[in-house]
Amino acid sequence: MASGNSKLDKQELLRLYHEMVLVRRLEERSAILYQEGKIGGFLHLYIGQEAVGTGILSVRRPEDRVITAYRDHGIAISCGTSARAVMAELLGKATGTSKGKGGSMHLADVENNFWGGHAIVGAHLPLAAGMALADKYRGEAGVTICFFGDGATNIGYFHEALNLSMLWRLPVLWVCENNLYGMGTAVERASAVSQIRQKAEGYGMPNARVEGMDVLEVRQAAEKALEAVRGNGPFLLEVITYRFRGHSMGDPERYRTSDEVQKYQANDPIGIFRRHLIEERKIKVEELDTEETKVEEEVEDAVRFAESSPEPAPEELFRDIYADPVVPQPDTGQS
Amino acid sequence: MAILTFREAISQALWEEMERDPRVLIMGEEVGVWGGTYAVTKGFFDHFGPERVLDTPIAEGVIVGAANGAAMAGLRPVAELMTINFAFLAMDQIVNHSAKLRSMFGGQITAPVVIRAVGGGGRQLGATHSQTPDVVFAHFPGLKVVAPGTPHDAKGLLKAAIRSEDPVLFIEHATLYQAKGEVPEGEYLEPIGVSKIQRPGRDVTIVTYSKMLQVSLQAADALAREGIEAEVVDLRSLRPLDMGPVLESFRRTNRAVIAEEGWRSYGIGSEVAARIYEEAFDDVDAPIERVAQMEVPLPYNRDLEQAALPKADDIIAAVRRVV
Repeated sequence: MASGNSKLDKQELLRLYHEMVLVRRLEERSAILYQEGKIGGFLHLYIGQEAVGTGILSVRRPEDRVITAYRDHGIAISCGTSARAVMAELLGKATGTSKGKGGSMHLADVENNFWGGHAIVGAHLPLAAGMALADKYRGEAGVTICFFGDGATNIGYFHEALNLSMLWRLPVLWVCENNLYGMGTAVERASAVSQIRQKAEGYGMPNARVEGMDVLEVRQAAEKALEAVRGNGPFLLEVITYRFRGHSMGDPERYRTSDEVQKYQANDPIGIFRRHLIEERKIKVEELDTEETKVEEEVEDAVRFAESSPEPAPEELFRDIYADPVVPQPDTGQS
Repeated sequence: MAILTFREAISQALWEEMERDPRVLIMGEEVGVWGGTYAVTKGFFDHFGPERVLDTPIAEGVIVGAANGAAMAGLRPVAELMTINFAFLAMDQIVNHSAKLRSMFGGQITAPVVIRAVGGGGRQLGATHSQTPDVVFAHFPGLKVVAPGTPHDAKGLLKAAIRSEDPVLFIEHATLYQAKGEVPEGEYLEPIGVSKIQRPGRDVTIVTYSKMLQVSLQAADALAREGIEAEVVDLRSLRPLDMGPVLESFRRTNRAVIAEEGWRSYGIGSEVAARIYEEAFDDVDAPIERVAQMEVPLPYNRDLEQAALPKADDIIAAVRRVV
C-alpha cells in the first residue's frame, strides 16, 4: 500500500471503500438486468477497474471537468452522479442522466462536471482539449481529467489531441486505463510500443506509469499528476488495470485464458483495499460489512427507482435536438 | 448601403462578433499570422491577439473536436476548415459529436460551434479539392447547414450562426469571394432556416442556393430577354430546410427547376423535388427539372472541369423544357 495517504481519515477511507463497492455491485446488478432484457444495446462493465476511477477522482476538485469513453458507469458514480440516475439511464427511463436518450455509453451529469460517456473510440480526447482550452482562455482554475482505454492510443485523435494539448499547454490530465486489451486484441498486438506512456514522450509530455489495483497508489499518483497539470500543462498517466468481465456483455473471451482472468481476480482491487483497511488501518470487519449492506440497499433502491420511473414521453422524441427556439418543420418532426 | 465583396462581408461579420462577444474565438489552419488562406481573417491576429485567433496544426479532427469541446465549455468558437473537402477528416466530430452532443445527453450539453468551410469547384484544383458535398452534411439532424449566395446574406447569416445555440456548418463557395453586393451599414442578422425569394417572377420557380444563386440570377436575366419571368428562390439554409417560399412560389408558377452545384443523385434537387411532389402535386404542370454536376470526380483540365459543372445555359435549357 502506498504511503502518503496516511492523512486520509477513517471516514474518507470508508467513503472510498463504499464507492468502489457501489460501483462493483451496481455493475453486477446491471449484468443481471441486461440478461433479463431490461437493459438494451451494449453494456461495458467496469468490474476490476474500480480503483482507477475511484482513486483518481478522489483527488479531483469540483471545478475539474471529467470526460471518459463508453465504460462510464463507474466514472459517473465517482463524479457524484446518483446510483438512481445511472440505473435509470441504463433502463432508458425519463429520470436517467440523459433522459433515457443516451443509454449505457452516454451517461453525463454536467451539474457534477461529468461531460460524458463517449462511444467513438478516441473522439472525446479532442473534446477534452477544447474544454481545457476554454478554461485556460477564461483563466479558470479547473483542469480536465480525460479517461480513455489503451485501444484509443492507436487512433489519430489521440495523437492530434496530445500534440495540441502540449503545444498550447492545456490543463488536461490524460488518464490511460490500460486494461491490457482493446476489445479482444492485446496491447502488444495493436501498439508498436508496449508502454502507452512512451507515446507521451513523443510530444515532450511528462508522464508516469502506475499499477492500478491499489486505490491508494492510484490516488497518490493522481495527486502528483494533477499537481503537475495545474498551471503547467498536460500530463499523461498510464494506469495498469484489468477488466474481470468481457469487453461487453456477450464477449466469448477467446483471446484470454480463464487462468489469466483468475490470476487477476485474485488481485481484486476491492479485496486489496479491504485487507489494507483491516490490517493496516485497524478498521473493524463489521464496519466494512455495514458499508456493504448500505451499498446493497442503495443498489436495490436504484433498481426500484429505475424500474418504477416513467418511460420518456412520446414528444421527447423531438426534444433536445436543437437549442434555438424556432426551427422550421422538417427537423421537429415529419414532413 | 455599402457595396462589399462576399469576402469582406464575412470578414466584417467575424470582426463585429468578436468585438461584441469575448467568448468568440477563431481557430484553424493559417487563420492567424497568414491572415487566412482566403484572406478572410486578415488583420485579426494583430487586433485580437493569439489567444483569440488560434493557428492550429494541420489536424482537422482536433480542430473541430477542440472547437466542440470549447463550445461545450461555454465559448463560441469559429473553426475554419481550409476547404470543405478536409471536413471529411473531421467528419466524426461534425456528424457524431457537433450534431449529437445535445440530444444524446438529454439536452444537458450543447455545442454552439460554427464550422466555416470553403467549398465548390471551378478552380482547376482536381478531384479532391473541388467538391460541393453540402448535401452530405445536410443529411444529419442536429446540425444546421447554411450556404449563403450574396454578401448581404453571408454577413447576416454568419452573425446569426455565431449567436446560435446550435452547431452550424457555414459553407462559403470559393468562387463567390469576389462577388459584390449591397450590405446594410448597421447591425443586422438574417434568420437561419428561412428561404428567400431573390428575384420575383411569374412563369417558373428556380430553386437554388450558394454559388448557383448567382448563376440562376444570370439565367433569369437572360430568360427575361425572351419574355420568360423566372422567380428565384434561395434556400440559404439546407438544414433546417424552409420549403414555405418554394411551395408558395410553385403554386403560382406550377413549374420548377432546381439548380445545385453538387451531384444530381441523392442531391438537393432530389429532396426539393420530392417535397414539391408530396405537398403540391395538384399544382404540377410539368416535370420538375434538376440541374446539377455531371456524375464524375471533377477533372483538372479546364475544359473538362467546366463541362462537368452546371452553368447558366443548363438552367436556361431546363426552364425552356418546362415552360
